[in-house]
Amino acid sequence: MSKNNNTSKIEKSLKRRYLKENIFKASGYASIGIAFMFLVVLLADIGIKAMPAFIQTQIELKLDLSYESLQLNPESSVAEIKKVDFRQVIRKALRKQFPDVKKRKEKKQLYSLISSGAEYQLRDMVLENKELIGNEHSFNLYADDDVDALIKGTINRKLAQSERRVKDFKISLIEVLEKNNQVSKKFNWTFFSSGDSREPELAGIKGAIMGSIYTILVTLMLSFPVAVAAAIYLEEFAPKNRMIDFIEININNLAAVPSIVFGLLGLAVFINFFSLPRSAPIVGGIVLSLMTLPTIIIASRSAIKAVPPSLREAALGLGASKMQTVFHHVFPAALPGILTGTIIGMAQALGETAPLLMIGMVAFIVDIPQTIVDPATVLPIQVFLWADSPERGFLEKTSAAILVLIGFLIIMNALAIYLRKKFEKKW
Amino acid sequence: MSLSAIIFILCLLAAFNFFIKKQKIYALQLSQGTNNKVKQTLPKYFGYVAALWSLIPALLVLLVIEIIDEPLIKNNLTQYMQAENIATADNYDLYLNEIKNIDINQINSIDETKKKIHTHYYNLQSIARNAKAVTVLALAVLMALFGLKKVKSQTPARIYFEKFIEIILLIAASIAILTTVGIVLSVLFESIRFFGEIPIVDFMFGLDWSPQTAIRSDQVGSSAAFGAVPLFIGTMLISTVALFIAVPLGLMSAIFLSEYASSKFRSIAKPVLEILAGIPTVVYGFFAALTVAPFIRSFGESLGLSVASESALAAGLVMGIMIIPFVSSLADDVISAVPNAMREGSLGLGATKSETIVKVLIPAALPGIVGGVLLAASRAIGETMIVVMAAGLAANLTVNPLNAVTTVTVQIVTLLTGDQEFNSAKTLAAFALGLMLFITTLVLNVIALHVVRKYREQYE
Repeated sequence: MSKNNNTSKIEKSLKRRYLKENIFKASGYASIGIAFMFLVVLLADIGIKAMPAFIQTQIELKLDLSYESLQLNPESSVAEIKKVDFRQVIRKALRKQFPDVKKRKEKKQLYSLISSGAEYQLRDMVLENKELIGNEHSFNLYADDDVDALIKGTINRKLAQSERRVKDFKISLIEVLEKNNQVSKKFNWTFFSSGDSREPELAGIKGAIMGSIYTILVTLMLSFPVAVAAAIYLEEFAPKNRMIDFIEININNLAAVPSIVFGLLGLAVFINFFSLPRSAPIVGGIVLSLMTLPTIIIASRSAIKAVPPSLREAALGLGASKMQTVFHHVFPAALPGILTGTIIGMAQALGETAPLLMIGMVAFIVDIPQTIVDPATVLPIQVFLWADSPERGFLEKTSAAILVLIGFLIIMNALAIYLRKKFEKKW
Repeated sequence: MSLSAIIFILCLLAAFNFFIKKQKIYALQLSQGTNNKVKQTLPKYFGYVAALWSLIPALLVLLVIEIIDEPLIKNNLTQYMQAENIATADNYDLYLNEIKNIDINQINSIDETKKKIHTHYYNLQSIARNAKAVTVLALAVLMALFGLKKVKSQTPARIYFEKFIEIILLIAASIAILTTVGIVLSVLFESIRFFGEIPIVDFMFGLDWSPQTAIRSDQVGSSAAFGAVPLFIGTMLISTVALFIAVPLGLMSAIFLSEYASSKFRSIAKPVLEILAGIPTVVYGFFAALTVAPFIRSFGESLGLSVASESALAAGLVMGIMIIPFVSSLADDVISAVPNAMREGSLGLGATKSETIVKVLIPAALPGIVGGVLLAASRAIGETMIVVMAAGLAANLTVNPLNAVTTVTVQIVTLLTGDQEFNSAKTLAAFALGLMLFITTLVLNVIALHVVRKYREQYE
């Protein structure tokens, strides 16, 4: 009787329990869904913001490059051409096209249609092809970032004048240019071929990419040999004693130390004590290699651990010494795993920002670094710098730089996965 | 002679020694015949040992000279300037730097005293360079000859060489200790100097943080205050928000992936979740500052709340999302470490899956989960870029997540970026904050690793 009672009790509660079960399962689904949704929103948001950065507005102008207007003669040297005031040439062309613009304020608006970097663009084109001098030619010149934004539609023309950056008068000028088909949109090669700039339309990421490459190379050269040597020692040679325990605890703790603390170490030790140059990839590389060392050591140790003991025993049995066993047999067998760990460590170093802020890599650097001791900046810091800039044009550049950074990370991780898949051995 | 030239010559010398010795031993072993029963070491090991004799002492001496030559030159220069009665400027180091950076081509445009010191400096430098090259190369040649003589066919060359490699490996492993020592010393020294100026009690318990020291003493707000409590509260506030997001979501994702999902779903979902961990923090910071913060602000305003544009909520939310994969992978580890017998026992008694998870698995895995949460907390406290970009700079003492707060890491970054002299209390304060950060995360990590290890042992 009591048994029946219990069964009916359980049967009655079943509905509620199954409901609970379903709710629990659904909340599991939901939490994964939220994480995925966030990822999608993040990538989509940045992707959409980045798109305009790959296109650049150019304005076609007929420029008078006759000898009289440049104050040159056919025998002029390169140095003399460099001295020519190309800004006046561009302004003259603008005045010629809009003869009605007379007022000082309006003239200022007119000149600001063209980027302040256009004169250097023009100078470089003339230096490259000196035959341009002496005639009238049409040139596509960089538009100013406000004009660029207006053409791309990021500034809404229909807003009231007080609510947008570009005034009505300037828009009327742009509309004339558009009617004459003088405005064109081109792929933005400048973004990939130039260094940083205060003007959004001239800013590029080549300097940051080169800085990142130098920094990562230094990191790789330092951390890979040291980490592999440490991992081999700890797995194959280390005796069981206090010292080795202490080393292991240290490695585990270093893996969890906040990255900014490594920046403090770099500032106090390498810059102030050893007086290495500030802002240089070499210091950045040293700091990042100390930071990635634990990651690579831990990955390498598990790769070495995965090599079956039979391999070691066979080598030892054939008369190889311990050192020969390790370097001729164990290490090559563990290499794919070690490389995978190294690439993941390098990807971590490539995306790292905070420690590099501490050692001065946050400076505004226009020149593209040539060696590991030149002042440089890296991609994540370029993102940080641009994200802080008030100009609207930098918003899209920041997003585009992020896309490039994520692109590099995807390539590195794909390489790691490929290596793992290709060389993974089931012993 | 430049450093790279010296190293290149040293390498050449070592290679030369290697080949000479190797050939000699090879010829010797050949003449003894192959059929003798004596165990023979490969000739290359004799070569290696001979090469090491020429290379290692010279490299060590070179390293020592490289470290001491700069202070020696500086010392000599100081004595020279005192002997010549040259009054130095207030900032001695700056003056020296100026002299070092004089361009040799524009020497005529510089005043006489500086020119004189520069010539002296230049002479000193060339003497030091030549002396270095001569010492190191002479030592290398000497040791090379010694090595050639010392290594004989009876020498246990392979054992020596392998011992040497083992020492190199040990040194590599010890770099972890060196790094820790370096971190501790660098933050500790500067912190002690800071606490010499600002009492430690004021720093730890002061409620007012405004590190800007005014240039003129009569300026408003000229007295710098270094009370770090608002920073600690701000850090805790943002980390708490982050953990409130990350722990439930991360835990539920881990449970779902390990207990419910099909293996196909898991093989896709896990790597996608890992992507969240691989995105650079600066990207999260950009997203938090430009997308999430304005969204929360306008959403809050539509509800009639006043939300700061750099609210702690925005930074904490994005940080929480960032550490979801961290929590979920740790939780996954500990949940799958629970023995299957417990799972099956509970299911066999008629419990539903969710009841098994809530009443059996989670209590059994609790120590491991707590350890994981502690690790996640230490990650959140030390996170820098998201808060630098999305949290405020002003130190407000508040626990309302809709207000702007600042954190320890934000202050370290703002105090140390930009140009400033290194010895002011302002920059030293950054190191004191760094020390606090290091100690906090270290304690959290040690406890967490200990808890996790104890938990693992329980089921092994």
